[in-house]
Amino acid sequence: MTSLIGLDPIAIGDLIWAPLLIILLKVLVIFALGLVVTMFMVWFERKAIAGMGNRIGPNKAGPWGLLQTLADGIKLFFKEDLLPDRADRFVFKLAPYLAFVPAFLVWSVIPLGGDFSNGKDGLVEWFGHSTRVQLADPPVGILLFMALSSVAVYGIMLAGWSSGSKYPLLGSVRASAQMVSYEAALGLSIATVLLLAGTLSTSGIVGNQGGFTDWHVVSTGIVPFIIFMLAATAEMNRPPFDLVEAEQELVGGFNTEYSSIRFGLFFLAEFMNTVTMSGIIVTLFFGGPQGLFDIPIIPGAIEGTLWFIAKVLVFLYVYVWMRATLPRFRYDQLMDLGWKVLIPASLGWFMLLAVLRLGRDEGWNRPLVGVISGAVIAGCAGLMSVAVRTSRAKREREGVMF
Amino acid sequence: MELVVFVLAAAMILVGAIGVIVRSNPVHAALSLILTLFGVAVMFVAQNAHFLAAVQVIVYAGAIVVLFLFVIMLLGVDRSEDLSSEPFKVQRPLAAIVGLGVIGLVVAAVVSSRDAISVRGTGLNVADTLGDGDTNIKQLARSVFGDYVVAFEVTSVLLVVAVVGTVLLTRRVKGSGKDT
Repeated sequence: MTSLIGLDPIAIGDLIWAPLLIILLKVLVIFALGLVVTMFMVWFERKAIAGMGNRIGPNKAGPWGLLQTLADGIKLFFKEDLLPDRADRFVFKLAPYLAFVPAFLVWSVIPLGGDFSNGKDGLVEWFGHSTRVQLADPPVGILLFMALSSVAVYGIMLAGWSSGSKYPLLGSVRASAQMVSYEAALGLSIATVLLLAGTLSTSGIVGNQGGFTDWHVVSTGIVPFIIFMLAATAEMNRPPFDLVEAEQELVGGFNTEYSSIRFGLFFLAEFMNTVTMSGIIVTLFFGGPQGLFDIPIIPGAIEGTLWFIAKVLVFLYVYVWMRATLPRFRYDQLMDLGWKVLIPASLGWFMLLAVLRLGRDEGWNRPLVGVISGAVIAGCAGLMSVAVRTSRAKREREGVMF
Repeated sequence: MELVVFVLAAAMILVGAIGVIVRSNPVHAALSLILTLFGVAVMFVAQNAHFLAAVQVIVYAGAIVVLFLFVIMLLGVDRSEDLSSEPFKVQRPLAAIVGLGVIGLVVAAVVSSRDAISVRGTGLNVADTLGDGDTNIKQLARSVFGDYVVAFEVTSVLLVVAVVGTVLLTRRVKGSGKDT
């Protein structure tokens, strides 16, 4: 039974009242926190985009329009729930939950705080029990995130299909192709992190990033982070990769036929994904709750949470910024970027890091190993670009337009 | 506890498997397949094989069935099939015979090896021999990339050959009017 819950020491041994209550409390807090954070994320995005577009943005409901999302949510609850005539009833009703539940579950594996400074393992003492500031710490932690993101594809895909209408179907076909393509690059860039961390558990990955030079964004070279960031944006269908719901082409994309709270669930899932994905990026590449320096007075555990929030906010802003400034990709550009740039680049970088690692373990001449593997990768990249160019020239000769 | 998990997962697997056959709409059949795959993943978790469970969901549910659905949607065959018409007459009796044969073989295998199973008692105690989750994964990696590396590489070559072959077969050269 312990293995089902993971490495959290509170879950090992008999589940008597106190640990059980702590776990329940954690579930409740994380659930509520997830909803509240998402609510403010929607507000933040609208406000920031309004600022960038020289508008005012939501400003009526509550101070600075903070309660705008709440008002919108209540409005959505009371709207009429439409069910298209040609819809596949069961799947149509199931799809919003398939989008929403995985988005929520990712919260459970993100370390939200804890004291990792000076090689501590991030455990905190609550009511005489030591535990982690994360809901679950399963041994396959980061793979759980991958599994959930691959389940989330179904929500969008089935929503589009079950609507029984043309534009949603186009949106969902785009979604499935896009998300499956970018999952490969996402997984490969995670693999480089795992190569250094030597563990799959999220708390282990955070524990491996002691100082700034140990943060994986530095120690893996910046490339896997860039690949992960791009692939994650595509995975969430956020601009500039939001072909799934391109308003100008597909009305509203996969959720065109949805109304009322079912639409609300998709909306919520999308914004929650933004928050959780920022959390995953911070966990994988930026040391999660690990701080750059020691904040005086504040105790270690709370300090971790503060650092985590600060880092996540940076990425949330970056996502909003990208949405406000970048134009949408064309579909063939999207596929080219995914298959011809991101996947080969992440594979090559993974091989490079693996060779360097092997060289260090075997005591090879480091500069020599670096130069040779760099040359090999440059050669492969050259061959790859020649192949791409040749096949494009051939297609053009045959008269294909793209 | 383990029994409850087993019963629930087995129910998931069976309901899904029956759904794959019985459902006349291909999309519903594919969804039933996902249910089965999730049931198998739950079984893996119950056996402490976390890595296999995660891979089961990522690869099978997350990629392969998505491609099934993708093809179903793209080809527009997502309408209900008429199950009463049968273009290939022998296939159903033949399928029944093969199915019964397989069930018979499995039952015979279990019955004949019942003594061996009961001798082993609780079976391999995975948690004890492998320790925590990480060593579980390391052990798997050792056997895939160490003991069975040749078989593993040959399999990957086979997959690459299949992909290249498919691309070659489906490629049409414009102007020549026929497949090349």
